[in-house]
Amino acid sequence: MPPKGRIIVSDLYCKGCELCVGACPQAVIALNPDRITAKGYHPASLFKDGCTGCGICAIVCPDAAITVYREDLRARRAIPAGA
Amino acid sequence: MDTQEEVIVYARPDSLTKTNTHYCPGCTHGVAHHLIAEVIDEMGLRERTIGVASVGCSVFAYNYMNFDFVQAPHGRAPAMATGVKRVFPDKVVLTYQGDGDLASIGMAEIVHAAARGENISVFFLNNANYGMTGGQMAPTTLPGQKTTSSPNGRDVETQGYPIRASELLATLDGASYVVRRSLHDPKNIRLAKKAIRTAFEVQLRGLGFSMVELLSTCPTNWEMTPQNSLKWLEEHMIPYYPLGDYKVNPAVAEIKG
Amino acid sequence: MTRELWKGNNAIAEAAVRAGCAAYFGYPITPQTELLEYMSARMPQLGRAFVQAESELAAINMVYGAACTGTRVMSSSSSPGVSLMMEGVSYIAGTEIPAVLVDVMRGGPGLGNIAPAQSDYNQIVHGGGHGDYNLIVLAPSSVQESVDLTVLAFDLAEKYRSICVVLLDGSIGQMMEPAEMPPFQPLRTEYPDWAVTGAKDRERRFLSSIYLDPPQEEAANLRMLRRWQEVQANEIRYKTYYMEDAKFAVIGFGSSGRVALTAVRAARAEGIPVGLLRPITLNPFPEKVVEDLAKQVEGILVVEMNSGQMLEDIRRIAKGAAPVEFFARLGGIVPLPDEVLDEIRRLAKGPLTLEGHPRDRWLARMGTLN
Repeated sequence: MPPKGRIIVSDLYCKGCELCVGACPQAVIALNPDRITAKGYHPASLFKDGCTGCGICAIVCPDAAITVYREDLRARRAIPAGA
Repeated sequence: MDTQEEVIVYARPDSLTKTNTHYCPGCTHGVAHHLIAEVIDEMGLRERTIGVASVGCSVFAYNYMNFDFVQAPHGRAPAMATGVKRVFPDKVVLTYQGDGDLASIGMAEIVHAAARGENISVFFLNNANYGMTGGQMAPTTLPGQKTTSSPNGRDVETQGYPIRASELLATLDGASYVVRRSLHDPKNIRLAKKAIRTAFEVQLRGLGFSMVELLSTCPTNWEMTPQNSLKWLEEHMIPYYPLGDYKVNPAVAEIKG
Repeated sequence: MTRELWKGNNAIAEAAVRAGCAAYFGYPITPQTELLEYMSARMPQLGRAFVQAESELAAINMVYGAACTGTRVMSSSSSPGVSLMMEGVSYIAGTEIPAVLVDVMRGGPGLGNIAPAQSDYNQIVHGGGHGDYNLIVLAPSSVQESVDLTVLAFDLAEKYRSICVVLLDGSIGQMMEPAEMPPFQPLRTEYPDWAVTGAKDRERRFLSSIYLDPPQEEAANLRMLRRWQEVQANEIRYKTYYMEDAKFAVIGFGSSGRVALTAVRAARAEGIPVGLLRPITLNPFPEKVVEDLAKQVEGILVVEMNSGQMLEDIRRIAKGAAPVEFFARLGGIVPLPDEVLDEIRRLAKGPLTLEGHPRDRWLARMGTLN
């Protein structure tokens, strides 16, 4: 099972360029039509499950707007089966 | 998910300021900025780095990178960096220059900084046009490429040929590390970051002049979406400006190994 | 210290070294080249920075970079090279950081020649680069004064965060005279609180001449002007000779002033009550002195090695209080004391007029000369 991940996109930096949308291997990022930044952009956000926290969106993001979190696999291993 | 079981895979580097850039959406100048900032963070160089900004879209680089910066006249960043570095040989000195700045008005300064083996790191953004002034023909504009000052496409008969700066500088004995990378996809961005790191390693070891040329997009002036700009870069720029290592001093090769 | 025989250009270089100049960037150009050559040997000997740049344009921008570190830095050149430096001069002025520049003037315009001239007066004193700025300009008339003013240039540049120019002509750069060198100052180990030194344990700094927001640019311009007022209030320097009882005055700077002094002494020997004013700071200009002098005397003779660039300043300041006459040699020719003596005699004999322009009268006289 791939690790679970999530991203937080900063409204301060995101300009809605969609480079992360095109680069996401899981195709789980889209511009969020319900949000609008102070500069008037719809920022990117996760729109469905499936983020693995691979970080590719952050690599291609020109505005370093994305913080990427991933499930700590060491923690997963540390948890006994069935716990 | 419980945050205690998470690791941060990526966070904005400390070496970037908390400022929204003036760059257009999707412009890969921003990618170059965060790569440089990440490498400076990872190598722990922030407190001893002095940047030299240039003129063009990169004129405000000093606003976005969170370390000491000076602002050079158009094309003169390598000369100004020389002044800084000669006074402070132990600081890390970088220039951040566009193609009009480096390959046109500043050609003398970059050639001689490289020829002197000036121990500085140059980051050269090539997006095949003058972005800041609205998309005029640059020394790097491709044959046939339309710009606001080559409206019928660059005619090499009257407007000459593009300059391949990396190949040109690689002929100089003072240049230790001269490579061309691209910012158009994740794999190439990773390779660009490695090259940026190597450039700083070269400087820290006192091996002389290093330059990383970064092929970059300009969606606004190319009149394309950011996504299509990446494709245009890959399909049109890379054939004319092949990616690769143009000068790697044997001592640099050891670092990479 | 004892007096030793020094060539002007070398003396300036050694004086700069002793004033704690940590970095020199230059480009060869006659009649300044010995200064660069001297530095090429001396600076590395002391472990200091020396670069022979690819052009004066690069040299001044290397100065710009080094000046941003708050260290003592200089360049030197001669007229055509200084023209090329004007971009960097404007940027350094706009960034409000100290630097020293030596201009060993030669004949012009264009390539001109390599003989002594004073025709960079307007370029250095009244601008040259773009934008509103002032340079502190010091004009020596001997090798010893070149030494002393070079040391002063570093102090003034630092005090007012300004470029200070030592402006001399090729004859002073090339001549050999006895001079006493100043004591050796140690190199700076602490840096001013505006300098870029790496953001260790402090907020980052950036140095630039860019103020995209017009109100900020205006504020910067006003700040520079107010600082300039301080320079005007504190730093005016000049020398007067035989002025106490003078009914006529000669005004000349640098070599012209030196030649004029010989002529003034000769005129005094003939019983002509003439004195000399030799401005040392060309910017700020000793305006009050000229104003008072114009009220004291019956006639003024301005002597220059240009076509009357300072003359226009004298006329503006004298405001018609005394008639002004003009004498110059151009194109790299240094006026002879006898020529100036003839002009003094003519001045004393009169009649003098406030009508017309002294340059026109001089030009008419030059018609018979060449």
